[in-house]
Amino acid sequence: MITHRALATSVPNFAYLVKEDRIHGSLYTDEEIFRLELENIWYKGWVYVGHTSEVPIPNDFIMKSIGPQEVIMTRDRDGQIHLLQNRCPHRGNQVCTEAKGNRGIFTCPYHRWSFANTGKLRGYPYPDGYETADRSELGLGRVTRMAEYKGFVFGSFAADGPSLEEHLGRGGRDAIDRLVMTSPEGEVEITAGFLQHKAKANWKFLVENETDGYHPQFVHDSIFSVAQSGIGDLYGSESTALARDLGDGHTENDLRPEFRRIGKLLNWFGTTEDRVPDYVAKMVEAYGDEKARQIMIDGTPHVMIFPNLFIAEIQIFVIQPLSVNETVQHVTALQFKGAPDLNSRLRQQTMGSVGPAGFLLADDSEMYERTQRGVAAKNPEWNYLGRGIHRERRDEEGYLVADNTDEVTTRGIWRHYRELMEA
Amino acid sequence: MTIHVDLALLAEVEQFLYREARLQDTHAYDDWEALWTDDAIYWIPANGADIDPEQKMSIIYDNRSRIGLRIKQFHTGQRHTQMPRSSLGRVVSNVEIIDDDGKEIRVASNAMIYESNLRGETVWATRNEFLLRRNGDGLRMACKKVVLVNNDKPIYTMSFLV
Ligand code: FES
Ligand SMILES: [Fe+2]
Repeated sequence: MITHRALATSVPNFAYLVKEDRIHGSLYTDEEIFRLELENIWYKGWVYVGHTSEVPIPNDFIMKSIGPQEVIMTRDRDGQIHLLQNRCPHRGNQVCTEAKGNRGIFTCPYHRWSFANTGKLRGYPYPDGYETADRSELGLGRVTRMAEYKGFVFGSFAADGPSLEEHLGRGGRDAIDRLVMTSPEGEVEITAGFLQHKAKANWKFLVENETDGYHPQFVHDSIFSVAQSGIGDLYGSESTALARDLGDGHTENDLRPEFRRIGKLLNWFGTTEDRVPDYVAKMVEAYGDEKARQIMIDGTPHVMIFPNLFIAEIQIFVIQPLSVNETVQHVTALQFKGAPDLNSRLRQQTMGSVGPAGFLLADDSEMYERTQRGVAAKNPEWNYLGRGIHRERRDEEGYLVADNTDEVTTRGIWRHYRELMEA
Repeated sequence: MTIHVDLALLAEVEQFLYREARLQDTHAYDDWEALWTDDAIYWIPANGADIDPEQKMSIIYDNRSRIGLRIKQFHTGQRHTQMPRSSLGRVVSNVEIIDDDGKEIRVASNAMIYESNLRGETVWATRNEFLLRRNGDGLRMACKKVVLVNNDKPIYTMSFLV
């Protein structure tokens, strides 16, 4: 592995490394840059942690993460969600080793201090040894801020800064709004459990790839051709779908223009109304005929919410960087409340597509790893990201858009990245 | 307690499992596909050995037609993660006949798989359960369940036949 010593001993010059149409390869390989990213992005901004439906009843908890940090998401007995750190305030022992469960109290096995699932210290053995201690200071650490948007829970380690709504922006909120509308009850549930797919690659290769509309035709040709899938055409040069920079690092491949052109219900999911009649009936009942039809034609969004939540039509991915060249992609099927017939199909299709053996993601992951090894080469120093720069334009809402295969999305991600890293 | 082992059956089952392992190690996709029954299930659970595959995500939960799709994808010559193919050597052991009702045989075994590919070298360890069925000229797999010992942790791409 080539390290960039010159960069490691001084503050990297991000204005030099991130240009409008190219970025420097060291951004993926330099350990000092990774350390700065943890500070400026992962431990400062809003990061997606989990969904309220993963802890549905009082005292449920589930182990989550913010970057390499473990975060325990709990629901206390009053129903309130907390994001706690897995570190005993005594000598630092991990207080929780289970992936999920239901408990009101976390007891540290080392000296048996115990904590409520709100993080508050409940007690310690032989308390006469702690006459001068301030018990209120000796709770579990917390993720400094926590906020929720329609069930999606985010955390930030910064005491102040933009609100979650500001971070998501109009584009991010609209994506989640559109997503939950796919349920006749207006709610998404994350209940199918996650696959954890590890790649020997920098996290930014994954973020970029999620809304890279240029690769699907090539990387995924093997499965599109044998499964007779129409997905590839959405990313062809004739496609009317759009690549969109939603601002603040959030990006989208908007497939609605194609689905509206085709005008068939549930075509976005590669199925037809007669296969899921109960779902269609419930949607019409919930939204009325016209709006239900529109929702079922438009389908769910393909939106990457910076830095780690990828809403990918039928599943969500959560990106977790472990080190400069190691990243985990957590992935599960979306489940829509009140849509059991649709949900079982969503699970089936997701299992086929994603994860370590997935028809799609095993090949994406191969590209992440090869690009990681590739950018270690000294020349050319830059990745060229200028595709479609001459045909970028503003849509009616003021967002930058271009053809679906264009790198307007990737450029948007890097523009935002540079702002964060220079701050 | 006395255990009665049908040595002839054990030998037949072992030969079958070794053959399956060889076909996988050598990427003999079509010969491997021919080992399955028409109603087969190929299952690699995630997050434990006993999850409900109809409710929870598995790494692989293929019915017979999806097994076929998996093989077809290899044959396109565009399955990038297997170009070049993983170089594999696996050891199958602990072969135990759990049950035999004359038609179907339940078998347990373990496997250690050494994989070398572009990323590097990876060791995979599995506990396997088979449901084998007699089919005139020999045995067929009606179900193969592969429990990776680390299926609750993040794992690298595993795109060869396991
Ligand atoms: S380290 Fe937790 S009680 Fe001592
Ligand atoms: Fe892809």
